[in-house]
Amino acid sequence: MYAFEFARPRTIAEAVKALKRDEALALGGGQTLIPTLKNRLASPSVLVSLTGIAEMKGVCRTDDGMVAVGGGTPHAVVAREARKLYPALAALAGGIGDPAVRSRGTIGGSLANNDPAACYPAAVLASGATIVTNRRKIPADKFFRGMFSTALAEGEIIIEVRFPVPRKASYQKFRQPASRFALTGVFVARFDDGVRVAVTGASEGGVYRWKEAEKALTAAFRPSAVEGLKVSPKGMIGDLHGTPEYRANLVRVLTARAVAAA
Amino acid sequence: MPKVTMTVNGMAVSGEVEGRTLLSDFLRDDLGLTGTHVGCDTSQCGACVVHLDGAPVKACSVFALDAEGAKVTTIEGMANPDGSLGVIQKAFQDHHGLQCGFCTPGMVMSAAALLKENRKPTEAEIRAYLDGNICRCTGYHNIVKAVLAASGQDVSRIAAE
Amino acid sequence: MPKDHGIGAPMTRREDVRFLMGRGTYTDDVNVQGQAHAVFLRSQVAHGRIGKIDTRAAAKMPGVLAIFTGEDFKDVGGNPAGWFIGSRDGTPMREPKRPVLAHGKVRHVGDAYAAVVAETYAQARDAAEAIVADIRELPAVVDMAEAVRNPKNRVHDELPDNVCFDWGWIEDNRAKVDAAIRAAPHVTTLHLVNNRLIPNAMEPRASIGEYNPGTGDYRLTTTSQNPHLTRLLVAAFVLGIPEHKLTVVAPDVGGGFGSKIYHYGEEALVLAAARRLGRPVKWTAERSESFLADAHGRDHVTKIELACEKDGTFIAIRTETLANVGAYLSNFSTVTPTFLHGTLMAGNYRVPNVYVNVKTVFTNTAPVDAYRGAGRPEATFSIERVIDVAARELGIDPIEIRRRNFITPDMFPYTTPVGLQYDTGNYGATMDRLVEIADIAGFEQRRAESARKGLLRGLGVNCYIEACGIAPSNLVGALGARVGLYDAATVRVNATGNLSIMTGAHSHGQGHETAFAQVVAERLGIPESSIEIVHGDTSKIPFGMGSYGSRSLAVCGSAIVRATDKIIAKAKKIAAHMMEAAPEDVEFRDGKFSVVGTDKSVDWGAVCLKAYVPHNFPHESLEPGLEETAFYDPANFTYPAGAYACEVEVDPGTGKVTIASFAAADDFGNIVNPLIVEGQVHGGLAQGIGQALTEGAVYDSSGQLLTASYMDYAMPRADDLPFFRVDHSCRTPCTHNPLGVKGCGEAGAIGSPPAVVNAVIDALHRGGYTHVRHIDMPLSPVRVWSAMQR
Repeated sequence: MYAFEFARPRTIAEAVKALKRDEALALGGGQTLIPTLKNRLASPSVLVSLTGIAEMKGVCRTDDGMVAVGGGTPHAVVAREARKLYPALAALAGGIGDPAVRSRGTIGGSLANNDPAACYPAAVLASGATIVTNRRKIPADKFFRGMFSTALAEGEIIIEVRFPVPRKASYQKFRQPASRFALTGVFVARFDDGVRVAVTGASEGGVYRWKEAEKALTAAFRPSAVEGLKVSPKGMIGDLHGTPEYRANLVRVLTARAVAAA
Repeated sequence: MPKVTMTVNGMAVSGEVEGRTLLSDFLRDDLGLTGTHVGCDTSQCGACVVHLDGAPVKACSVFALDAEGAKVTTIEGMANPDGSLGVIQKAFQDHHGLQCGFCTPGMVMSAAALLKENRKPTEAEIRAYLDGNICRCTGYHNIVKAVLAASGQDVSRIAAE
Repeated sequence: MPKDHGIGAPMTRREDVRFLMGRGTYTDDVNVQGQAHAVFLRSQVAHGRIGKIDTRAAAKMPGVLAIFTGEDFKDVGGNPAGWFIGSRDGTPMREPKRPVLAHGKVRHVGDAYAAVVAETYAQARDAAEAIVADIRELPAVVDMAEAVRNPKNRVHDELPDNVCFDWGWIEDNRAKVDAAIRAAPHVTTLHLVNNRLIPNAMEPRASIGEYNPGTGDYRLTTTSQNPHLTRLLVAAFVLGIPEHKLTVVAPDVGGGFGSKIYHYGEEALVLAAARRLGRPVKWTAERSESFLADAHGRDHVTKIELACEKDGTFIAIRTETLANVGAYLSNFSTVTPTFLHGTLMAGNYRVPNVYVNVKTVFTNTAPVDAYRGAGRPEATFSIERVIDVAARELGIDPIEIRRRNFITPDMFPYTTPVGLQYDTGNYGATMDRLVEIADIAGFEQRRAESARKGLLRGLGVNCYIEACGIAPSNLVGALGARVGLYDAATVRVNATGNLSIMTGAHSHGQGHETAFAQVVAERLGIPESSIEIVHGDTSKIPFGMGSYGSRSLAVCGSAIVRATDKIIAKAKKIAAHMMEAAPEDVEFRDGKFSVVGTDKSVDWGAVCLKAYVPHNFPHESLEPGLEETAFYDPANFTYPAGAYACEVEVDPGTGKVTIASFAAADDFGNIVNPLIVEGQVHGGLAQGIGQALTEGAVYDSSGQLLTASYMDYAMPRADDLPFFRVDHSCRTPCTHNPLGVKGCGEAGAIGSPPAVVNAVIDALHRGGYTHVRHIDMPLSPVRVWSAMQR
């Protein structure tokens, strides 16, 4: 790692201020950023740790029936505290990385990084969640801008994520054999007014909604509704662990399984 | 250099560290607690797992300064007060749950975290929980067996033959 | 009740206590007063010509003490290959120099061409980044077939092409084998890749060099499986240090699996740097470096032909293999694809005609060398895969075709057509045992249960044989080994009757401190607790060739037995003197010396004390003291063998393979500690299953390693594996070592990959995917799913 100054603000206001410094970088749980720093692929002058900000942690139900997750909430806490409030979200959080990673990694860090193989973006997009930052509220459909790219501006911090709770939901993740990230993951959320399907790990464009499946499932919420759909390998990621054709297949198979499991 | 203060295995400790000093470096280099091992640089192998305020973390993926004021437990803090092996440690020895010993501290710390959450885990739950601890020697067979035994479950039917 | 101590007892391991308390001492745990830190600058291109290396800016950076480049070592020796192999045409193998730091060219990604030593690790790393090297990239030689085809593009400019040697075994048999195959009623041909693996011992390599200017003594603390070999190589070949002025210490070592047998340039560098700076120099690899710069394993491309009668009787086996040695010859790299591979190509079978051809090829990739099993997994995989395909083609049950061809117990000692003499074995018995423990009879029912879950279940079976206990010096010497492969032990009895045993084996997970003590305790009739096993320090141990090739107990353990027997002989003399009897009348049993036919006896402790309080010894005929050394050179290899069965479930939607069960029936001869033996098998199985399902090192066409971290190199995890069923009740003791033991460290890794692949192919065939004849390892979900698509 290159040398940097370490800041550990206690409030959002202090964090926002610290992040205004030149070459400042926010640190969530660090489970992706720390390995990146070790590899000397980033060289912040000051690293602003968000782990000490109590007001950014926790899971609760809001007055309007949403589930709100603080941006600094570790996956393990979401897995525990959202179990009754939003079981599919809790299950997703409980399947990220491994227990030690889940103790540290946070929802805000995951969303801000927007790794194309991360799990949370699928839940956020399929749920139609709202990302609340220190400046504004961003709907999920406007937040993700392709691999490792989001609507967040420099110095903007994810304070909270608000999830509408679907009637039924399930996340099906097919793990990349080495990293255990999602080789492909599909989150299916059935709301009263329709079904949303979000796919992570598969597309070169990052997380996306599979609108064709949404339409078919809104008409008939059963696995067979998607089994006949064609998924084009065009634009799918091809690497050691999966060809574009393979990922296209997984999208269909996992969507059907998510419907069955929801 | 900034100063960091924490409690490690029940002892108050402090030291001057850089911003980039990892908790694993602080434990190994500053405190001489070399039982916490570093086996990778991508937060994957789990040899460095310690408990930070009761939760398992990879000490190579936490900055020392982020552990300010925290309670840390390492493998050196797992023995009984009289110095004998603790229940999980003893089960690892009884069931040959270690060979070269390098991943062992992280394994024991992860197993301890599991048993705190889940007093009688199933085989599948143990395997899933140890997902972030890589062992190259044992094939995990005797590790899983040891964790089952440490939780008081009968392992006599998991005989090797 | 099993025994509670001595040979055969499942004793828990004494070394566990320090490991479980975090009190082990691995090399990186050692910090020497005044140590500086080394960082290596490694090539980012696979192949390039080194122009000017500008170190001026780096040298001025804070904390920098010294910078080394290949120029600093151009006049010292190279790291040699330990085994000479001749080509079919009689020409010697090509041996390009392997320097401490790359000189002239860099030849693989990760090839170190400079090193910085600084006060701190961070300073050294900062300075390394400030070095400006003019490296002109050259086209990379990556694919072996292309490397052979196109000799213009060469890894080593001074060689005429990229072939190290073209080996035929046995060349004189070639025409006969060709004729047998031409005349055979059935020939099964298979093209196989034995995937390249990265050993990934959990402890990354580390080394500390020290030099004492007052005495001229060097000390190297390093992660080694055999410190004596490292001492010999560094002293005699690389740096030219007098061997007696260099101590090599390998303290607790966190796994090796072959990768820590070899001497590496980093070890020479820290010693040279310590000499230049007059202070200790430490280097610890990051895992990313381990991926790039540790010796890799396997990496064969093979065509195998099996000729049989219509009833499945084997007639001939012929193979052609390209074996990758990477950019440089690592110490065991030439023997692994030849004498550890070709000589096993008859397997457990009566097959009268066998011919093996291996071309080893230089490429711009990391050196490839022995990795757990080393050559034998490649042989086993080729034989056992082609047998399975032949059985399917001939409509014979895969277990039955093997049984029909087994070498039977009455045929031992059995000389194979590939130059080995198996001393003993009973392959039918291990197969019988396997059928039982794997519950082969219940397979159909389990398959039906899997089918109800929508999963395709398959059963794969195979046998293996290996040659281990490496090795008889006279045999290996005749085959080209440049060292002897005996081992040594010293047994030192203290005046108070307890013992220190100095062994040339090195334990890096195998439990020698426990098992070797059991051997001696049994021999002497004393408790294990009074025996200490000392290993891993050249200043304490007479000599040793270290631990690999499943040799520790068979060879080093035999040396301990021989030295212990000398102790008993000497102690009898002392006892005879004490009891005023003739030594030949003294009997030693259960820790007591007695005069036959009398009630006179003295116990072990009294004799030991007397040895060191030799009042009234007849000094002309009886020396004081009780310490003996023995060197043991085995008469033959040992031949562990077994039969393995794997059941898999394949998810047809995703191609994911799950190991539903795995059973292993092994014949290891006599067993000293069954707990440890089982653990060794478990670990071997995990590595073999890893090779079959998840692991594979992949370079792209430019020579970049795509699987350069745990993010892309898939290590087996706890949830990838089941509980294993292992059995070692079939025992045909080795006929030529005093313990009757064979070695168990590599068996699991040798025997398991074909069982897994056979099972997956079986599952697909039973599921209707009959067009799938073979899938190359690792059988990752994408590969299996892709193979299933027509």
